Amino acid sequence: MSKAFFIDTTLCTACRGCQVACKQWHDLPAEKTVNRGTYENPADLSFNTYKLVRMREKVADKKLGWHFFPEQCRHCTEPPCAETAGDPSAIYVDQATGAVIYTANTAKLEADEIIDSCPYNIPRKNPDGILAKCDMCNDRVVNGLLPACVKTCPTGTMNFGNLDEMMTLAKQRLAIVKKTYPKAMLADADSVRVIYLIAYPPDLIHDKVIASNNRYHNITRQVALRRIAQPFTNILRV
Amino acid sequence: MTNHWIDIKNSDCILIMGSNAAENHPISFKYVTEAQKNGAKLISVDPRFTRTSSKADIYTALRSGTDIAFLGGMIKYILDNKLYQEEYVANYTNAPFLVGKKFDFKNGLFAGFDSKNKKYDKSAWSFQMDEHGIPKMDRSLKDSRCVLQLLKKHFSRYNMKRVSEITGTPEADLKEIYKTYSATGAKGKAATIMYAMGWTQHTVGTQNIRTMAIIQLLLGNMGVAGGGVNALRGESNVQGSTDHCLLWHIWPGYLKTPRASNVSLEAYNKKWTPASKDPKSANWWQNYPKYSVSMLKSFFGDKADKENAFGYDWLPKVDDGKAYSWLDLFDEMYNEKIKGFFAWGMNPACSGSNVGKVREALGKLDWMVNVNLFDNETGSFWKGPGVDPTKVDTEVFFLPACASVEKEGSITNSGRWMQWRYQGPKPLGNSRSDGDIIMELGAKLKALYKSGGKFPEPIVNLKWDYLTDGEYDPHKVAKEINGYFLNDVTVKGKNFKKGTLVPSFAYLQADGTTSSGNWLYCNSYTEKGNMAARRSQKDAPNKIGLYPEFSWCWPVNRRIIYNRASVDLKGQPWDKEHWVVKFEGKAKDGKYVSKKWVGDVPDGGWYPLQNPDGSTRGDAKHPFIMRKHGHGQIFGPGRADGPFPEHYEPLECPIEKNLMNAQRMNPTAPVYDTKADAHATCDARFPFVATTYRVSEHWQTGLMTRTQPWLLELQPQVFVEMSEELAKLKGIENGERVKVESARAGLECTAIVTPRFKPFKIAGNTIHQVGIPWHYGWRWPEDGKEESANLLTPPTGDPNTRIPETKAFMVNVSKI
Repeated sequence: MSKAFFIDTTLCTACRGCQVACKQWHDLPAEKTVNRGTYENPADLSFNTYKLVRMREKVADKKLGWHFFPEQCRHCTEPPCAETAGDPSAIYVDQATGAVIYTANTAKLEADEIIDSCPYNIPRKNPDGILAKCDMCNDRVVNGLLPACVKTCPTGTMNFGNLDEMMTLAKQRLAIVKKTYPKAMLADADSVRVIYLIAYPPDLIHDKVIASNNRYHNITRQVALRRIAQPFTNILRV
Repeated sequence: MTNHWIDIKNSDCILIMGSNAAENHPISFKYVTEAQKNGAKLISVDPRFTRTSSKADIYTALRSGTDIAFLGGMIKYILDNKLYQEEYVANYTNAPFLVGKKFDFKNGLFAGFDSKNKKYDKSAWSFQMDEHGIPKMDRSLKDSRCVLQLLKKHFSRYNMKRVSEITGTPEADLKEIYKTYSATGAKGKAATIMYAMGWTQHTVGTQNIRTMAIIQLLLGNMGVAGGGVNALRGESNVQGSTDHCLLWHIWPGYLKTPRASNVSLEAYNKKWTPASKDPKSANWWQNYPKYSVSMLKSFFGDKADKENAFGYDWLPKVDDGKAYSWLDLFDEMYNEKIKGFFAWGMNPACSGSNVGKVREALGKLDWMVNVNLFDNETGSFWKGPGVDPTKVDTEVFFLPACASVEKEGSITNSGRWMQWRYQGPKPLGNSRSDGDIIMELGAKLKALYKSGGKFPEPIVNLKWDYLTDGEYDPHKVAKEINGYFLNDVTVKGKNFKKGTLVPSFAYLQADGTTSSGNWLYCNSYTEKGNMAARRSQKDAPNKIGLYPEFSWCWPVNRRIIYNRASVDLKGQPWDKEHWVVKFEGKAKDGKYVSKKWVGDVPDGGWYPLQNPDGSTRGDAKHPFIMRKHGHGQIFGPGRADGPFPEHYEPLECPIEKNLMNAQRMNPTAPVYDTKADAHATCDARFPFVATTYRVSEHWQTGLMTRTQPWLLELQPQVFVEMSEELAKLKGIENGERVKVESARAGLECTAIVTPRFKPFKIAGNTIHQVGIPWHYGWRWPEDGKEESANLLTPPTGDPNTRIPETKAFMVNVSKI
């Protein structure tokens, strides 16, 4: 059964427990940061930071808002990064969970091409060329545990379960939230395994809330060729 | 908390003011969120827009230090529009009590003020008594001397225009919040307040809470589910440590520390045991001698008997009229009156107000013992910024303590739940549990005093038998706190064997036949076992999230205190859906004939005040059983600074005149005056209001979080938040380092320029405010540049508690 997250940003208080829990489970080192005139830190995702709570101060309808967006890999149902890589030993989808997994073999890939292929600008490169990002805590999930970020969330923002259950939950919450925030929406719900509920238009929250379409269509010649060949390679893989 | 964390979910309206729950009590938002999902309104009132405000239905700002003006306006609104729950107010609060002729309020002063000693003679605030010695009452609330009418008169000055001029809060916002909150005066509706140090750390801290208590009593929100007055405690066990006498003026279980004038145990018990002549007042504190004697028996065991007044003379007495609070201790230390000091699980060099003075004071000691997990700014003060180690004579000892997870014991959370926890890993290296350290310290002192010394009895006679196989035994201490029968006795018709645990404080005795280290915890560890270790997830029949068999709660496992105020005079709940207790005794011919309460443990199991036919019962008791007269106190004649709250400006403020009365600041607040205690109000050098606070990512002085790379990554540096308008005025760029200065010190911070702070309009003038987190200190991060915000905070505090006024003071901010 393929898995999914439902992230209800309307409930997020940016306590950032998820951000720390992610580092703790993956044993990732802290980055040396400075205060940049904001609470948000580190400044960006990195090889050592898979999850980052974005914090934006924006006025909407004459009301100040502080919008929190726990950013992470969307584990796309048809991941362009895996497609671009074309090398299941480097990037593959775990059929049991749907997690998009990067291995050390990503060092052999054209890193910039993979990063560029991501409509959400998620993967990051180590100096040695290996790419990293959220792995859905796949090791926890296949052992019946919740992802670390979900386990630690106190408000019900982070949810995890079977894709159909998460989609149902997302639609139920959307219907409720819409009564207060008519512009509320589910971001790219049909193409991802990390479904965000947002109360405000995406541009008020973060520039990568929804997929950047130009990236999606701007594929390389190799990818185009691979897409043509895909039905055959899939057969070979089975 | 009068209620508890889970109960927040039952609320119809949640006011978060004087706290920032989403950031500093993140788990509470599980229940806030649940209430919101059920339709509750969340109101956030804070000088700056916080992560809490981001989730609120209504947000507004007020200038730090003006909460009484803000809430006083709400009291006026409730009274003017008659939104109070009249049945509740007339029967359960002291609103109908008639106040004596002497009581008055003029020029910002209540009657009885002694201007020389800055103290009130509280006898000027007493109630009128009838011929039986019971307060005179007018339950119709019309008498001009009744508390409700006096309250109306007192707060008549708090109109929205004036409140807005003081607080800087727009009148429209005041009105919206007053309206939303006071809608819960309707029967069956409840609103709750979640507050913390944003209310307490002021020269009017106690009266901030009093103002809210008055609102909650007026609206009938005390004792009900989803209501109460709820202090969000800043440490996992601060409730427990306060219960067990962390503070100088109380013994365990909120007994009084004896004064020098309490010359004998008899005099002490007489002085502090209230007497009521009202047969309907339970006046629970009439049991005071049972609790004080049982505590002495617990301390001194067989050495305490009737002949030696159970060892009362061995315990220290404080001088009448003298305070021994944190501020006073460091003042004495600074004045070289205190020569030795244990800093135990504390970091005063960063945590106190005006820590420049604290750090100087540490240098005047002969010796200091620092008991902590890690070295800190306190233990290393002698090599701190600006200190020449060759000039410091203080000898410092460091005793490494183990962490909470490395030891067994209990902690008591804000909701009064005593929760047992077990040892995980063994203590690392040479570190030891606090219990082991203090047991050995006590044993050494006993051995030394046995071979001589002045007045050895208090130490030599201590029972001190809490070891098992040479190690501190938390179960022995927990049982000691609960208490034992010391003889074979019969109490209330039941026989008890010597050496068995007392089942509840109702069985404690004043004759030396029982012991109890803390009467309030009697019932926590009984012959049935360790109640705090229970983990049943079964809810009570009212299904409001009481979970009565999960851990244990004081008193006697009552989860919501004052819960008999949650029912009407006939014992039936105001709120049928979220009822706390209800009376289900049998009735015959319109009269109750048997007693039965269901739900939570009721605040006393007496009959309700009325029978089903509306007739009054003589055998009933008023619901506020801890009050002498059994009524919730809208009029509070016990406070140092007045029976009603009144707005006074902080010691340091931006306006020369208090717009509400002729006194600028609380006339009874202590102000310290050594040369390290500089302060400046309405001074052009320090034009901006400042406050301090916490962030989610750090804890207290940061000793356990600044050293934690993942948390330092999130909040690496001390910062000052300011409005875009102020930044423009001072030419400050977002993210640059700036200097913040008060009359006491300067502090380098990173500027966060944000729309979340806005300038205030105060009495026609634009007033800016800034805010700084106090988690930092020079010892870590390594570069030593991130210092404590408490270098800036002022030398004053609340006259009742002497909690320092760290939440409102004046500073300047400038480019470096």
